[in-house]
Amino acid sequence: MSYMLVAVVLILVAVGTVLFHFISPWWWTPIASNWGYIDDTIIITFWVTGVVFVAVVLFMAYCVWRYRYREDRRADYEPENKKMEVWLTVLTAVGVTAMLTPGLFVWNQFVTVPAGAAEVEVVAQQWTWAFRFPGKDGKLGTSNNAKINGDNPFGVNPDDPKGKDDILIDDTELHLPLGSPVKMLLRSKDVLHDFYVPEFRAKMDMVPGAVTFFWFTPTRTGTFDILCFELCGVGHYQMRGKVVVEEQADFQKWLNKQKTFAQTMAKTAASAGDSPKPVFKAADTGSTEKEITR
Amino acid sequence: MAYVAPAEFDHVPAAEVPEVDLYHAKSWVTKYVFSQDAKVIAIQYSITAISIGLVALVLSWLMRLQLGFPDSFSFIEPDDYYQFITMHGMIMVIYLLTALFLGGFGNYLIPLMCGARDMVFPYVNMISYWVYLLAVLVLLASWFVPGGPTGAGWTLYPPQAVLEGTPGADGGIILMLVSLALFIIGFTMGGLNYVVTVLQARTRGMTLMRLPLTVWGIFVATILALLAFPALFVGAVMMTLDRVLETSFFMPVIVQLGEVRENYAGGSPLLFQHLFWFFGHPEVYIVALPGFGIVSDLISVHARRNIFGYRMMVWAIVAIGGLSFVVWAHHMYVSGMNPWFGFFFATTTLIIAVPTALKVYNWVLTLWKGNIRLTLPMLFAIAFIITFVNGGITGLFLGNAVVDVPLSDTMFVVAHFHMVMGVAPILVILGAIYHWYPKITGRMLDVKLGHFHFWVTFIGAYAIFLPIHYLGFLGVPRRYFAMGETTFIPESAHTLNEFISVIALIVGFAQIVFLYNIVRSYFNGEPAGSNPWGATTLEWQTAETPPGHGNFGKELPVVYRWAYDYGVPGAAEDFIPQNVPPDKVVKAKS
Repeated sequence: MSYMLVAVVLILVAVGTVLFHFISPWWWTPIASNWGYIDDTIIITFWVTGVVFVAVVLFMAYCVWRYRYREDRRADYEPENKKMEVWLTVLTAVGVTAMLTPGLFVWNQFVTVPAGAAEVEVVAQQWTWAFRFPGKDGKLGTSNNAKINGDNPFGVNPDDPKGKDDILIDDTELHLPLGSPVKMLLRSKDVLHDFYVPEFRAKMDMVPGAVTFFWFTPTRTGTFDILCFELCGVGHYQMRGKVVVEEQADFQKWLNKQKTFAQTMAKTAASAGDSPKPVFKAADTGSTEKEITR
Repeated sequence: MAYVAPAEFDHVPAAEVPEVDLYHAKSWVTKYVFSQDAKVIAIQYSITAISIGLVALVLSWLMRLQLGFPDSFSFIEPDDYYQFITMHGMIMVIYLLTALFLGGFGNYLIPLMCGARDMVFPYVNMISYWVYLLAVLVLLASWFVPGGPTGAGWTLYPPQAVLEGTPGADGGIILMLVSLALFIIGFTMGGLNYVVTVLQARTRGMTLMRLPLTVWGIFVATILALLAFPALFVGAVMMTLDRVLETSFFMPVIVQLGEVRENYAGGSPLLFQHLFWFFGHPEVYIVALPGFGIVSDLISVHARRNIFGYRMMVWAIVAIGGLSFVVWAHHMYVSGMNPWFGFFFATTTLIIAVPTALKVYNWVLTLWKGNIRLTLPMLFAIAFIITFVNGGITGLFLGNAVVDVPLSDTMFVVAHFHMVMGVAPILVILGAIYHWYPKITGRMLDVKLGHFHFWVTFIGAYAIFLPIHYLGFLGVPRRYFAMGETTFIPESAHTLNEFISVIALIVGFAQIVFLYNIVRSYFNGEPAGSNPWGATTLEWQTAETPPGHGNFGKELPVVYRWAYDYGVPGAAEDFIPQNVPPDKVVKAKS
């Protein structure tokens, strides 16, 4: 085997990988949430690991050429080199720390929901989405999958007064107001699902029998795809939705058009009551100052 | 000690090992079918594993046809696609890689490299293979039951794995779980053998710190498997009960088609994920550690240089093995488990990068100042290092909890684990076959066919999986039968998928050429002699090639030195076999 050829191919692999990285048209979508920190952590990781990869491959190319077999030569006999091994360990540890430290900082932000984040519930089932907003009391009523029936597809507890004014969106299109932190509460009726919008960068599995969550702040108006990101059966790839991020006023207009839990129940009971105007509110208090208008 | 000074071993007494009471086969059936000879069992394991692996290869072609040309193949329905990905994944991880590394290479190499006559429990070793074969047959049977094999994904996450809406929820999932349980039973019998043989049956002078790294890798991997597989076993039993007897270990209240199902309540889907990954993460290292060991030996032999930092290499294997049990939930950052676990698991996961990186440094430092022969095993070893480093560094993305959030369940994950535990271990396996085939058959593999096989496989596999990472950054999900309409995936991504599918077919074809080489060389290959590579380890020092039953003839070898005496100053040859006493080393003419 030609040593030169192999060395050249190894160099081409290293150079080609780097070139591909920079000219690839496939890269992440323009971000539409506050999680730019995640993108930054990925960039740091790229630099640290990219340098190691290129160094290792180029060093091998050098060795293949420089130490090619010759009948009259012997390899150097050096079983150990403590100093070099200690140095390499220390350098690697530094590189790992450079990636882990920002990673853990950002993870801390990711798992710490800011006070004042509004709550929205996402309910997944094979193979569609539905959503629930708290009503004017700012609180979601309790729910339980065991209470689901034809009149109550969300399984909202009918005995919980907080649930009466909850706004039910039995549709795959979700609207969210621009610039307000939102805590997504995730439920599933049947199997595992995962709520993901690539432009938001944040996702979490939905587990039947539990309520999971993540939070983010939409930072850009637009219409984005919702995709299910956890295999949920044969219709998994068709489980799509839309999320529309819009100005607060437009959002409020949209929300006002939706029906409350009490209204949907009343409709089936063929009796109409006053329909209070729903207001999108902070979850942790019921007070009106927390109304999201930023 | 890495380098053992000859004087230390003057006290080693002469070998007087009596003929041990091996059961010598008396008939063709007991010699070649129900054989108790570890070498025959190794070949049985290898042929079975490679055969079922070919099924997985064909499944990967079918998947790639669907991904590259989503509207062209009407015979691939969504059901079929999900069955393909599930069976492909499970076959590759368990029935091919685990079985081939431990059952195949473990059986062949452990007794020979330790200087033992056979495994310590030859009869149990034989049963191990037949239970494995049964597991494979049960797995294959799932294609012939109503509904076909399970399409739950190789992770088999409940509740969907056992519910309608997932292909194979009738019979396929039950056969999958039964097959896994059988595999684990069979493996345990083999695994106990490997561990006890390494600990108890090493020949005189073969201290643990003189073992070739191949044996260290297989030994530690087997210990991991013995500790990790029970978690999968109980998970499989519990899920079988959930499916058949409608217990609710993993099943909460389920609402399907608007109706609350009366039969399930109160179980935890996350419990299964913990059991699965408590097995599943060590499993990554069950596949990786034998590869680490083997590649260390390939590099050292063919670079004609001692492995660099032997003791560090051994301790790195042990440290990686230990750490692999405390990182499992990095597969579950977005599973809905308590998010505070993320801090712990991200930290342990990134720590494991340190011993792993050291192994990589020591491999390339073995090439440095070596006298490198670019034989086929060496080419595959170099290709392994490239793909392993590439796949390893993307692990640093996914292991860092917050980076995993956007990338999990995208094609980035698919690219990562294929590179690191698909392409890299298979390149080692191929290199190892080119390396040990001369010992196993007495003949060399054809070099021209080998070069064709190498370049197509290495460059092709790299060209397949490198760009897939970038589809993952874009946000393309894994396990999608078809992408359909989206706002964020450009047309160029579909073109890329077509390109990848074509390359995948070509790389698959190269493996057929390789199999042809194996068969042809068995009859027509150049005779190899007993030690064609000039290697130091004991399997190359046998009286016969291929070695007979009992491995070493009348007397077991005595070991005087470590496995890496290449290029020793003052010696006439550029290698000194482990069984050459200090006073028999031929000195170089000065």
